[in-house]
Amino acid sequence: MKPIFMTYTKKDLINLAVCMVLSVLIIPTFIKTEYWYTSILIPWLCLALATIGQQIVMGYTGQLALGAAGFMAAGAFAMFNLILRVPDLGFVGSLIVSGLIAAAFGILFGLPSLKVRGIYLMVATLASQFFIIWMIDKFGWFKNYDSSGIITAQDIVILGKPFTTPLAMYFVCLAVTTILTLLAMNMARGSTGRNWMAVRDMDIAAESMGVSLLRTKVQAFAISAFYCGVAGALFAFCYLKSLEPVAFDIKLSFKILFMCILGGLGTINGAFIGAAFILLFPVLLNAIGNNVFHGAIDATIISSIEQVIFGLLMIIFMIYEPLGMAKLWENLKQSMKSKLSSSGIKGVKSPVLKK
Amino acid sequence: MAYERKFKIGKPILEVNNISLAFGGVKAITDTSFNVLEHEVRAIIGPNGAGKSSMLNCINGIYKPQQGTVSFRGQVVPNITPNIMAQMGLSRTFQNLALFKRMSVLDNILVGRKLHTKTNFLEVALQLPKVKKEEKLNRERSEEIISFLEIEDIKDTPVGKLPYGLQKKVELGRALATDSSIILLDEPMAGMNVEEKRDMCRFILKVNDELGTTMVLIEHDMGVVMDISDRVVVLDYGKVIGDGTPDEIMANQKVIDAYLGVEH
Amino acid sequence: MANELLFFMEVLVGGLLAGTMYSLVALGFVLIFKASATFNFSQGAMVFFSVLAFCGFMQDFNIPFVLAFILAAFLMVVVGLCTERLVLRPLMNASEDTVLMATIGLGYVLEGLAQAAWGVEVRRLDLGIGDFPVPWIADNLKLFISALDITAGLVAAIMIIGLFLLFKYTKIGLGLRAVADDAGAASSIGIPLKHIMLLVWSAAGVVALVAGCMWGARAGVQFALVDLALKALPVLIIGGFSSIPGAIIGGLIIGAVEKILEVYIGPFFGGAIEGWAPYVLAIFFLLYRPEGLFGEKIIRRV
Repeated sequence: MKPIFMTYTKKDLINLAVCMVLSVLIIPTFIKTEYWYTSILIPWLCLALATIGQQIVMGYTGQLALGAAGFMAAGAFAMFNLILRVPDLGFVGSLIVSGLIAAAFGILFGLPSLKVRGIYLMVATLASQFFIIWMIDKFGWFKNYDSSGIITAQDIVILGKPFTTPLAMYFVCLAVTTILTLLAMNMARGSTGRNWMAVRDMDIAAESMGVSLLRTKVQAFAISAFYCGVAGALFAFCYLKSLEPVAFDIKLSFKILFMCILGGLGTINGAFIGAAFILLFPVLLNAIGNNVFHGAIDATIISSIEQVIFGLLMIIFMIYEPLGMAKLWENLKQSMKSKLSSSGIKGVKSPVLKK
Repeated sequence: MAYERKFKIGKPILEVNNISLAFGGVKAITDTSFNVLEHEVRAIIGPNGAGKSSMLNCINGIYKPQQGTVSFRGQVVPNITPNIMAQMGLSRTFQNLALFKRMSVLDNILVGRKLHTKTNFLEVALQLPKVKKEEKLNRERSEEIISFLEIEDIKDTPVGKLPYGLQKKVELGRALATDSSIILLDEPMAGMNVEEKRDMCRFILKVNDELGTTMVLIEHDMGVVMDISDRVVVLDYGKVIGDGTPDEIMANQKVIDAYLGVEH
Repeated sequence: MANELLFFMEVLVGGLLAGTMYSLVALGFVLIFKASATFNFSQGAMVFFSVLAFCGFMQDFNIPFVLAFILAAFLMVVVGLCTERLVLRPLMNASEDTVLMATIGLGYVLEGLAQAAWGVEVRRLDLGIGDFPVPWIADNLKLFISALDITAGLVAAIMIIGLFLLFKYTKIGLGLRAVADDAGAASSIGIPLKHIMLLVWSAAGVVALVAGCMWGARAGVQFALVDLALKALPVLIIGGFSSIPGAIIGGLIIGAVEKILEVYIGPFFGGAIEGWAPYVLAIFFLLYRPEGLFGEKIIRRV
């Protein structure tokens, strides 16, 4: 057994087991339509991973960064070039190196965080978003001098076996996301996460306790960019199956920001909840539009309404529950637990009545 | 106090030399010097606005004085930062509380163990055995401090939800967790009732007695100052107007005038 | 040689004038920041929303120019009212970052509403001023400078001088500055916070409308206007978030630097440097002079 499982509490192991069973056994058995994999599960896993990156730098360390999509692009194009030019590295090796390349950008563009914060820092991180995309666009080398404008991503081949069906790519994303999520949870719960949160909550006091602001902030930016880079590579290779800089524009950065905040700042759960919500809500709206109004409502109106609702939700959450949906979920679980225990049912966790 | 100290008061551990600090045109501290001897309890007193908190901030590197130096164990520390002082063995609490609001009491105190955490993020991510060992040790030490301060029942509460008096205790706990040689306490008993103050005095003395930690505290309650401090330095308008044992400074006319508001 | 100098002058002046366009957008940010120390991320959306409403009133309802402008301005006052009541008041005691996020949400709401109400096609805005070189300048000074740019410059100058005087010399201005410094204290001495907030946000809305008109006349009224607001951010960093003259100086600098870099260095890189160059310039300012050229020094109290 790998050591990463052994510090978890019983509750954690149960949660993990449930998630694994669901994602590895139940979903593939019962969900057969490709649409669910190509358009929902795969992008959800990729974007949740990128959102974990955003959580690390913003939710845990409190740095207002707005360049996630730029780092995703760095990772995606790094992956493309590595597979193209250094085939011996293999898929997993290329994925890790792509993440490291994105991390390097993260360190570079994270340096302003040592001097500024808040909106000032946000502006500085916007530089990374615009610069990285521009760089990829302008220097043909990154796109292998392909003038067609859309580069197809190479097939995923791991240990000689191709992973090209939606189900196969789903498993690739699932594996990578699971491993990186567990690593993130370990960091968040350990001394690393405490240092991040100390810098977020009261940096002067953190310094006075021996936390190095320089090292902690740069580390947060680097790790965050790594996660975004890997997420970007998966996003390009498993979801878009193509590489275009325009897919990683500022709108995507804002989307990830929303996923991070609505989901719950400073939680790993929040990354998954937020990503699921932002991805699924439009699907829901479209379904309502088509079934309830029988397609009478224009698609652009639907997307405008979606935008209004996301904006309203942001405002509402900031006013009433700044800790996001993850907190709402926690509150819900707590109130269910107290209801169950107050009505005299022992062993609240198990749904079986004990007399 | 006529009893045998376990840790005899020794040489100067901290020296403040000719510090001057100004904000814009306002002079907060003017050419101030004093020292702190190892293992003693040193109080800094003075009327409001005398520059006491600013002095602590200069010592710990949060403010950069325009003039003067700070020496630690006889060596001048150039380019003081809070980090450097922490590494040298100096820790502190803050007047207006600087706790990590969203973190629990235990986690706040665990941050105090940062200097005793040598593992890097990758090792933490992979939960290697040495990470688990270190975490276990740090947790044990933190739990020791928590029970010492008698705050076991709130150890998992986010500190933002605690009443002021308990938050002050947690701040002390966090500073204690660093196992520093010297701790600066900025009004550790402000806003506390008689009982809470008695507890704090007890904790401060116990730490000084059992661990030998040098304590420097800014304090307004003269009763506390007389009771627990070995030596006192008195600041007024950013200058030292008295420096000696509690009895000496109580008899010092300048000090009496300052507190009574007599023109001087 | 003379031709090169002339060309440089053209580029420079063109850049400076384009910069005043940025200043107009930045001005809205400064107004709100000066009065509430809040960064209003939705300012760009306000530009888009206001001018789209203006076009909508004129083109969809055939309302005459002046009346449509007044209606659009009035609409922005309503937006200011709703914002103050529903967003700002509940967040009175929230942290800076929380309010910032709320304004990002507000931006989304305004963008979405604008598009839902008036659609996504690009709209033409005809102000009666052409975006072509002014003949007598071209003939006499041999410089090709757009009439629209000059008009924008004049409008910006008038607004900026007016607002600057307002803040510095009137009672209202003093009240606004007090609120920005310490809302609680200002409120406790009787300054009507709610009225001030309403005034400021409405003013920012009208400024947004004017800015939108200038930009819309040049490039058509389209969604890209919102991203344009992002360009105003480096302007604010360089000029200072709380400075009205800073908005114009910052805008001029960004406009000029952008154009010059694009024309002289751009060709080596295939162009489009203006996408990121202002941000990198802003980073340098952040490192050495974060309060900008004219802003107030940022003090953190321990």
